[in-house]
Amino acid sequence: MSAAPATRGLSRRAFLRVSLSAAGGLLLSLRPRAVARETPSGGEALGAFIRIEPDGRIVIGARGCEIGQGVKTSLPMLIAEELDVPWSAVTVEQLPYGLVAAKDAPGFTSPYGPQGAGGSTNIPDGWRDLRQAGARARWLLIQAASRVWQQPPDRLTTREAQVVHPDGRTLRYAELASRAATLSMPAADVPLKARSEYRIIGQPTRVIDARDVVTGVAAYGIDAAIPAALTALIARCPYFDGEVASVDDSQARRVPGVRLIFRVPGPKPGAPLDRNLVAGVAVVADDFWSARRGREALRITWTRPSGAADSSAALERRATAALAESGKIARQDGSPEAARRAAARVVEATYVMPLLAHATMEPPNALIDLKPKRALLIASLQSPGGASQMVHAMTGIARTDVEIRLPRVGGGFGRRLENDFVAEAVLVAQAAGTPVKVMWTREDDLQNDFYRPFGLHQLRATLDAQGRLTSWAHRVAATPRKYRAAGMEDEADWVGCLDRDGFPAGCVASYLSEFVPVDFSIPRGWWRAPLPTFSAFPVESFLDEVALASGTDPLAMRLDLLGAPRELPYRDFGGPTLHTGRLAGVLNGAARAIGYGRKLPAGRGIGLASHFTHGGYAAHALEVAVSQAGALEVVRCVCAADVGEIVNPLGLEAQMMGATLDGLSAALNLEITVKDGRIEQSNFPDYPLLRMAAAPDVEVHLLDSGFPPSGAGEIGIPSAAPALANAIFAASGKRIRRLPVGGQLKSAAKAS
Amino acid sequence: MAIDFTLNQRPARHDGDPAMPLLWYLRDHARLTGTKFGCGIGYCGACTVHLDGAATRSCVTPMSAVAGRRVTTIEGLATDGRLHPVQLAWIEEDVAQCGYCQAGQIMAAVDLLTRKPAPSDADIASLTNLCRCGTYPRIRRAIRRAAAQLNGGRR
Repeated sequence: MSAAPATRGLSRRAFLRVSLSAAGGLLLSLRPRAVARETPSGGEALGAFIRIEPDGRIVIGARGCEIGQGVKTSLPMLIAEELDVPWSAVTVEQLPYGLVAAKDAPGFTSPYGPQGAGGSTNIPDGWRDLRQAGARARWLLIQAASRVWQQPPDRLTTREAQVVHPDGRTLRYAELASRAATLSMPAADVPLKARSEYRIIGQPTRVIDARDVVTGVAAYGIDAAIPAALTALIARCPYFDGEVASVDDSQARRVPGVRLIFRVPGPKPGAPLDRNLVAGVAVVADDFWSARRGREALRITWTRPSGAADSSAALERRATAALAESGKIARQDGSPEAARRAAARVVEATYVMPLLAHATMEPPNALIDLKPKRALLIASLQSPGGASQMVHAMTGIARTDVEIRLPRVGGGFGRRLENDFVAEAVLVAQAAGTPVKVMWTREDDLQNDFYRPFGLHQLRATLDAQGRLTSWAHRVAATPRKYRAAGMEDEADWVGCLDRDGFPAGCVASYLSEFVPVDFSIPRGWWRAPLPTFSAFPVESFLDEVALASGTDPLAMRLDLLGAPRELPYRDFGGPTLHTGRLAGVLNGAARAIGYGRKLPAGRGIGLASHFTHGGYAAHALEVAVSQAGALEVVRCVCAADVGEIVNPLGLEAQMMGATLDGLSAALNLEITVKDGRIEQSNFPDYPLLRMAAAPDVEVHLLDSGFPPSGAGEIGIPSAAPALANAIFAASGKRIRRLPVGGQLKSAAKAS
Repeated sequence: MAIDFTLNQRPARHDGDPAMPLLWYLRDHARLTGTKFGCGIGYCGACTVHLDGAATRSCVTPMSAVAGRRVTTIEGLATDGRLHPVQLAWIEEDVAQCGYCQAGQIMAAVDLLTRKPAPSDADIASLTNLCRCGTYPRIRRAIRRAAAQLNGGRR
């Protein structure tokens, strides 16, 4: 890392415009400033991402946080394509978080552009700037060859890491690199390849560091080590906003390996949650096992804040009462009230969405080494920019002197958009005076999360005498995501909880979208495809209920509502428009693949659902069997996706497969509940992620609509749960209106 | 009292707490971090290693139970730099997403193929290692591919 001049006291927002998107991604709005410079390896750097080694190896920097979404492979593919090198010649190196002081003004600039992982933005961002980074380096190499050969550059072409002379002679990039590195980058954007010229984009490409993963060499945040670092565990207050009342550490201090025990303050009650989540007692020890034994030996009593009396049952009662009140209207078209008065029939249903935890396989952790004027942070992150700001704010160390390495990340799902575990590491390292790694156990993780909001969705549709849909009203009473979230002060309460412009908005003459906030003291966060997963289940389930009431086929009704292919305004994250033709395309694709409409034996059913998520489109079609006793089996599972131009079909298939299973896993079994102010679940046995035996194969159909690509990591999850519920209804006549499905089918079978 | 055992075909010794789980010996003391921590209660399988060749959840295996036995971790699965057919199949089928659980998945799959060289669908479904990314369909394919390789006698 470069030792850039300190910039203490300068506005860090002046140049680094960090905006928290509706989906929670930290979006750096700067483009990378490519600077050609020599590197110690003997290779030549052409911009911020590319190094050409003397032996011809092409080293490409991967800027993103690899959380399993495949960006360590797909983003370098974009660069390699436009650089025009064979993928087999490419070596990928993970870049650290990049930040340098801006040259001419206060603030910072980013050499690499956006590096966070949130909102499925990596591919659309890279589509804009990383292809250009590759093309600019190629342009430099052509300029260098043009000087060697005394030929105008526009007569030269490239092929497989070589520049080609009109007479067929070639110069290898490795031969040209040192000359190219002395040239200035082009001032303006250079032309990109036509789609017909692609050699890498669109090719099935395996995970670039798969060998490291399967040999155990790949390093995750939890694997980080630096000399003299101690390991810390924190006993956290089981109540949010509670404090340590008393602590007896006499037994814990006798545990071999335990070095230090001290209190860690939590946030002030009601204050923004922009540091650690909760108060506790830290045990700093030589290794994990000593810290764990030390923590178990602590005797702590906690204060009981007002939330200590709360429960999931009380929360649901509050939400039910809230639905009876009027809330904030986020969108109204026509007059739903007039439609109701004129209706031949009214259809109503209320759906319940539970709290969810993220449960990344790698629990949160952070290793930090604080020196007086610099810091090193190694952690599994989704928001390194947020971590950088946090370390600076807590220590006063200039942001350019906070080195942040980006190891592989054992799952994100939105949990690591928060950096509370980084704040803990700073607090513990400051108090201990040594480098420290704060570790979390699974129990710590499930009980100290920013949970997916809880909410009730009340849906009402009106039909005329011909069974046509005349109005649609969607009212949500939920625990706002905004609750104590830093950076959301100016947002409406309903952001992240109310999909005001989602289908069927714009397809029904009268439409209402309304939100009523519900009080709850437990923190909420972004959970993979936050708004779409929260909204798709009630909306797509209710579409089937309306189809049933109107005597229409659910697919035919959806296609009829979507109507002619056109763009509808979509003001929230993933907009500015939603394309009805693309939504119809994935629905038709999924329906075709599963053989929608064919005759099925008794106890079998097919269900469909689709959703627009973060600029991408996906549909699911599931065939399930429900036995007399209520046993559920997914017989077939189809996912059709249109995320525009496909960068890596192999990686995209994996994302859709994984997201589908994630959606089914949550829909079938996952729920966080609260009793006496505490989270009731503590480990996987009571938060049972899907296992192999219950996981169906997923048939993925990738539709290439030719639009610029959206991301992929979150697009395949929202429609899985409603397709499952619609299939269950088709098979059994049992309508699931509360997630998770859990034992509802078995209870229904017993009752009948 | 010191505990002597074999770790990835080399002699090893533990002088510390005999109650320390093998997982934490491997990660914090032997610095073999390929074996992962997931739940600490032997449920998720991220910490799976081989004890005398059999898949074992190292987070609930105390060091006292390791005395005199052979421990193999993901780092010890390849021989002379040649990857195990299961590791190769994992690469071929492009299984990993975040990859965190995959060392445990691979160790469990190697154990399964040792016990059942031609595993049925039910045998494969008996694996209980958790994967939050949902790589199960590709894990199944990789196990079938590895089984075919091993039965073909190419190793």
